[in-house]
Order: sequence, then C-alpha cells, then structure tokens
Amino acid sequence: MWYFPLIGSKINACLEAFMRDLTNEIVELIRRTSSSLPPDVEKRLRESIEKEAPGSAARGALETIMKNIELSRANSTPICQDTGTPIFYVHYPVGWSTIQLRRQIRAAMEEATKKSFMRPNAVDAIYDKNSGNNLGGDDFPYIHFEETEGDELVIELMLKGGGCENVGRQYSLPDNSLGAGRDLAGVRKVVLDAVQKAQGLGCAPGILGVSIGGDRGSSYIKSKEVLFSEMGTRNEDPKLAELEERLTEEANEMGIGPMGFGGKTTVLDTKITGLSRLPASYFVSVSYMCWAYRRRKMTVKGNETIYD
Amino acid sequence: MKHITTPISDETIRELKVGDSVALSGMMVTARDAAHKWMIETFIRKTRPPQGDDMQVYEELKKLFNGSIIYHCGPVVTGMDTGEYKIIAAGPTTSIREEPYQADVMEHFNVKGVIGKGGMGAKTLKGCEETPGVYFHAIGGAASFLAQTVTKVHGVFKLDFGVPEAIWLIEVKDFPVVVTMDSHGGSQHAVIDDASKKVLDDLLKKPF
Repeated sequence: MWYFPLIGSKINACLEAFMRDLTNEIVELIRRTSSSLPPDVEKRLRESIEKEAPGSAARGALETIMKNIELSRANSTPICQDTGTPIFYVHYPVGWSTIQLRRQIRAAMEEATKKSFMRPNAVDAIYDKNSGNNLGGDDFPYIHFEETEGDELVIELMLKGGGCENVGRQYSLPDNSLGAGRDLAGVRKVVLDAVQKAQGLGCAPGILGVSIGGDRGSSYIKSKEVLFSEMGTRNEDPKLAELEERLTEEANEMGIGPMGFGGKTTVLDTKITGLSRLPASYFVSVSYMCWAYRRRKMTVKGNETIYD
Repeated sequence: MKHITTPISDETIRELKVGDSVALSGMMVTARDAAHKWMIETFIRKTRPPQGDDMQVYEELKKLFNGSIIYHCGPVVTGMDTGEYKIIAAGPTTSIREEPYQADVMEHFNVKGVIGKGGMGAKTLKGCEETPGVYFHAIGGAASFLAQTVTKVHGVFKLDFGVPEAIWLIEVKDFPVVVTMDSHGGSQHAVIDDASKKVLDDLLKKPF
C-alpha cells in the first residue's frame, strides 16, 4: 500500500464510499419520488387551473389533481397507483463500485415495494408472472451509470407510468402521410401528430420529451433523459428553444385538455434534444410524460445526503 | 352532481348523458388486462378450458357483476402479508386496451358501467347502447384521492395474476366520475378526437 501517502485523503474517501451502504437513503429517494411531486411541476399545474373555464370538466380534473398531490405528500402514498418504470441515472465519482450501487438500488426497490411506496410492477413478458418485488431480470429497474469528475454522488430517479409510455411515438422521416420532411419543419409536424394521437390517454396535461436523430434505441433513451431537466428550461440552441415553445403553444391549440375532456391545457412543456444520426436515418422520438411527472434527486457528499 | 348506488337499473343508466358528474357508491369490481382476456377466453369465447378455481370465480362474478360496475384499476394494496387488505392508491388505468373485450363482457355479465380513463372506442360505445351501460371517466393519476373513497375491500380473486391485475372486490362511497360515453351513442372522446384532428390538419398546413 505504498501509494497511500501520495494521494492519501482521496483514497481514504473512496474506501469510505466503498463501505457505505446507501440502501435506506435510496428507499427514501423512492418514497419521495412516488409520493411528492416536484415543485416546478406542481407550480405549472396550479397555474393552468386559471386557464380553464369555471365549472368545466377540465378545471374539475385539475382541481382533483391538486388535491391528490397534497394528499399523497401528506400521507406518503403513491401519487399514481401505477408507480411506473423506475429509471435511475447514477452519476458516480471515480472509485465508487457500480456493482455495489446496483445491489443497493435493487435492495431499496424491494424494500420500497414492501413499504407500498411502489406497486409490484415487473411482469415477466413471456410467462405473465409478476415478480412481486419490482425486480425483473437485469433491466428492471432500469439503471444507467455515468462516471463523473467531481466528488459528489448523484442519483436521479424518474417513475414513468405505463399509460403515458404507451402513447410515446417514433417517426422515421420523411413521413409522407404527414408531409414531414427531414428538417425541423418536419419534426414539428410529427410531434403535433403524436399529441393529437395521444388524446387524453397519457393522462394529459403532459410534458413532451423529443429527441431528433440517433438510432431507434438511443433516440428513445434521449427522449426520456431530456425529461430530467426542470420545467421551463430551454435548449441552448435558439432554434430548438423556439421550437420547444411553439410546440407547447400549438399542442394546446388542439383543445384536447386535461384527461382529454376538452380544454386549454394539453401540454405543460416541451423539451427537445438532438443526436448524431446516420445519413440514412432521421428518427424523431416523442416520450410523453403524464402530469404525474415524478422525478427526484439525491446527492451524497461525504457523510451527508441531500434530497432536492 | 348525481348520486348513484350499485346495483344500477337500466332506467338510471338511460337517464345519464355525456357530461354528467356522478358520485358512485356501493360495490364494484376491479378488472383490467389479464382479467378481461381471461374472462373472454374462458367463459365467453371458450377458447381455453376452465382451470383451477375458474368456475367458482365465474359463479361469484356473475352475481357481483350483475347491475354493477367494472373498474379498470390496478391498485396499491397494503396488508398483503396479513390479508387485512387496505387500498392506498387506486386511480384508473387506460381503458382502450380492453376495447376488444369490453362490450362482450358487459353484455355477458349485464355490467352497467365501466370506470376508467381515456375513453373507449366504437365497439364499446355500441355495447353501451345495447346492454345498456355507460362509461364513467375518473381522474387519471389521482390515486391517493380516489383511494379515500374506498371504504372496504371485500376480497380478491385471481391473486396469481399479480396485485395490479387481480380482481378486487371493493366498496366505495362517493367515488367521483364524469360520464364521457352514454347509452345513447354519445361520446365525448369521439367529439374531442374529431375536433382536435381538424385543428391538427390546419396546423400541418401552416408554413414553418
């Protein structure tokens, strides 16, 4: 162990990290994500109430949604009974073991299911068997690891329900039926089509994650990743920022409204990102997120764990 | 707001129109994807022979469904280890997946109403006219709120389908819904779909 004195404190910190079991902290992250809607989403929903006519079904739906948000937070019960696909993004400093982190996340998922923060949601697709503990093969829950330069461990969790996942769409441009070519004008057309086809099925008002380019797989993944960012933050590219705002506005012109009851609030926000593509391919993927937009974050620094 | 308690008569159903707000009380039964497929294959189209407790459950369901309501819901339930079930989250799931089955199930069991979200299609709408029945829309995602209206869990069938897919017998008090498909051919979903399609067509014509 001759190298210890050379970079002593750093190595010691790493070893401590190896030893640390974060299972309980991750259970708490799951509880918060399932039962407490992030403030930026709640704010958008509250603001949209005033846009709907008094006494309308649309306004009634939003008022019920607000009551549900408060009740879930107060009682630590799931906002939605479909506690969704658990999607973890783990940003870990050099030296942390992803094998251990994966084990801890899976143990936390099992515990959170026992505590009813999660509904048992992993069903074997071939044999139709629900595992009962939210663990299914290596891919449920979905965990993405990313090594980072800093000394903080950040675990982000998104719970994405099945109803909204089912109305996600992928287009391969050009799309003749929509007159959509391989440019941003074409992207606009297919995204609007996806919103019209979704109607209220994805629990509108929704949030759109749009990815342009990539292959079919990477494109869909990016369209979800983009949903980790805050409501109202715009793409740095002014062209995409403008399209994000235009799409939200035009989607709302369609009058689908909360739950598809009809009304002014269909989409709360749109996020667009771009990926490199093959010359032959031009995919546009739309991930639809329901109003129960559950995403939370925990940051571990030294012995401290901070939740957003 | 109308107050209706199950079992529901045909007269009451015929009085309901698209847009009516209703508070439902009484017994209802949850059934979603696995349950609908199972009922259709085992008892209605009979493409699969009954197995295990299938026939016993069928006899119970015939009594429970008659004049009652199917709720498209996969709840979060506590007390799975003790059998003292309590439903803590119980919002509606997307109904359109049951479109191939729903009208036949309504007719076979004389089901007077279906609660779900997102609405259903032409086949179910026709089923609503003929049975007669209605489609009640609950607020999707409002799971904690709606669970508060569940006053008692009377039992469960087919737990081997998994907790979300099992058939839960529940009693509710003032469960809030809106009629979005009635027994006179009215569908709010068809209206909104058509209107939004027209707006989309205009938007697609606009220059970028």
